Amino acid sequence: MPACASCHGDSGGGNAEGGFPRLSGLAEDYLAHELDSFADGSRDHEIMGPIAQGLAPEERRALAVFYAGLRAPPPDGTPQPDDTAYDRGRMLAQTGEWTKALPACAQCHGPAGQGVGAAFPPLAGQPAAYLAAQLSAWKAGTRHNDPLGLMKGIADRLSDDDATAVAAYYAALPVTAIGGGR
Amino acid sequence: MNLMTRFTGRSAARLALATAMGGLAVLTPLGSVGAETTAPPFVPQPDSAISDDDFGQVIRLGERIFRDTGAEARAFVGNDLRCTNCHLDRGRLGHSAPLWAAYLVYPAYRAKNRHVNTFAERLQGCFRYSMNGKAPPLGDPVLVALETYAAFLAHGAPVGMKLPGQGYPKLAKPKGLDLAHGREVYAAKCALCHGGDGAGQASPDGTIVFPPLWGARSYNWGAGMSSVVNAAGFIKANMPLSQGNSLTDAEAWDVAAYIDSRERPQDPRFTGDLAATRKAHHDSPYDFYGQAVDGVTLGEGAPPAGTVPH
Ligand code: HEC
Ligand code: HEC
Ligand code: HEC
Ligand code: HEC
Repeated sequence: MPACASCHGDSGGGNAEGGFPRLSGLAEDYLAHELDSFADGSRDHEIMGPIAQGLAPEERRALAVFYAGLRAPPPDGTPQPDDTAYDRGRMLAQTGEWTKALPACAQCHGPAGQGVGAAFPPLAGQPAAYLAAQLSAWKAGTRHNDPLGLMKGIADRLSDDDATAVAAYYAALPVTAIGGGR
Repeated sequence: MNLMTRFTGRSAARLALATAMGGLAVLTPLGSVGAETTAPPFVPQPDSAISDDDFGQVIRLGERIFRDTGAEARAFVGNDLRCTNCHLDRGRLGHSAPLWAAYLVYPAYRAKNRHVNTFAERLQGCFRYSMNGKAPPLGDPVLVALETYAAFLAHGAPVGMKLPGQGYPKLAKPKGLDLAHGREVYAAKCALCHGGDGAGQASPDGTIVFPPLWGARSYNWGAGMSSVVNAAGFIKANMPLSQGNSLTDAEAWDVAAYIDSRERPQDPRFTGDLAATRKAHHDSPYDFYGQAVDGVTLGEGAPPAGTVPH
């Protein structure tokens, strides 16, 4: 099995170019839930599926504990999205579009995208490609591990352009607000 | 400059257009009963219509107070709520007691205090009860800004008419309220966000993201939401967040009864006599104040009312 660090970075800081998410500082229960989901297929992924299936449940929990306690430095050079997409992304993130029954992302993921509790992961500073891929995965039904089906409902109401715009907005937010940046 | 020159005819044009597009605008004059409403939903003006001058500044201030009440009107707020927690999308969303519809139906006679209330006086009540705070004095910049924001949203709507989407939906009365069922619904569909203890959840920087539903930091026993009728309507239309109208009526009634049968800050009108206060202000089968639930007489050990400033 390849080392987690080969994709997720030495201290779990992720890798924007490869679209590998940051793991450091995410909530333990969230990380464990995701590894379990990769293992049981409710989050279907060709790379992470076999990796998670190769781990015993206790190993998955131990890795969750490990990464939840890590502190990776913030990525160098946050991406700068172009203005129009940024405005649209910020609007969806901070205000929502209630005529489409879309609350603001911030209402579940926190005002600066730093996450809330164990069920609502941080979005700030995650690679744009990774965030956009998750929104497509919910739409396509390959990720269906979300509590109450909340993210499926949200993703279905986003157009592809909106998903790209809001992913770019969050990718550009500083991670310092979350445990991961300190 | 007066209101007429300040506001353009935008919304009126939109209403007319919507009517021309097939929706027959049948509005309900105040006081009439049972008239069907088939009008297309009223659409308040976008933020971009706010003018870039001193008047626009006050509209913007009102919007900020509505959204970030504890920070912008600190002296009058005694809990962790914001106006927009119960009037979603910053007072714009129909069926969550939107400001644009509310603005049209005042002055109005209210049984709650047995006299004609102006819109400003209605707003005072929100601070005293829903925000467990203190009413800003009439003419206070906080009330002026909120009223100006409401007028901005209501621009172009027919004054004196009860528009579709006003207030919270009124659900058909249930056969009874089942608290055990309400507790199950709560655990399955609400606790994820509002917490098992109803205290809500904050993000790491301390901002309240999921508002408290009961306990010392929520609305008090005098608030509209402490009546199961209002809570059931709000919850049915709007909760769980992003999944409005997914609960059955029975689920909405029972979970509303569950949250409104937990302890919360005292009714500011409490006279020291629980039974008398219940009789005067809570005499309804949809109101648990003064009733014994799970071994607790609600209102007896209530946290204090009007805890300001924050
Ligand atoms: C070959 C590259 C690779 C390796 C090695 C790898 N991962 Fe991943 N990991 C990924 C990719 C790609 C994703 C994004 C999956 C998706 O899009 O759903 C991911 C996602 C995750 C997530 C979900 C994060 C979130 O925010 O939801 C967790 C948790 C995770 N990996 C843990 C691990 C652990 C623990 C290991 C080591 C046992 C590991 N990964 C090894 C590539 C890798
Ligand atoms: C009603 C609540 C809610 C709203 C609103 C919401 N989300 Fe989520 N989101 C969740 C939950 C719950 C999860 C965790 C799912 C899981 O357990 O796998 C999540 C997870 C995600 C993830 C995956 C993160 C990761 O590390 O894998 C992304 C990306 C995401 N949300 C984007 C968004 C965007 C963009 C918006 C706004 C358009 C949004 N969300 C609005 C509840 C919400
Ligand atoms: C805990 C939830 C809650 C909070 C917080 C709250 N309200 Fe309300 N509000 C209600 C309820 C319930 C009603 C009664 C609706 C009804 O009777 O149909 C109401 C009614 C109103 C009305 C009259 C609506 C109408 O159509 O007659 C206005 C105006 C109003 N609120 C403004 C505010 C303002 C301003 C704030 C913040 C200072 C605020 N509210 C905070 C729950 C809340
Ligand atoms: C996905 C998270 C989420 C879930 C699940 C959820 N709520 Fe909420 N709820 C919120 C948010 C966020 C607000 C504030 C809305 C706003 O400000 O736009 C809110 C507001 C409320 C309010 C008015 C504000 C207050 O504090 O009194 C009540 C009452 C309420 N919810 C009840 C419920 C009930 C009952 C359920 C279960 C049927 C539920 N909620 C499920 C997120 C949630």
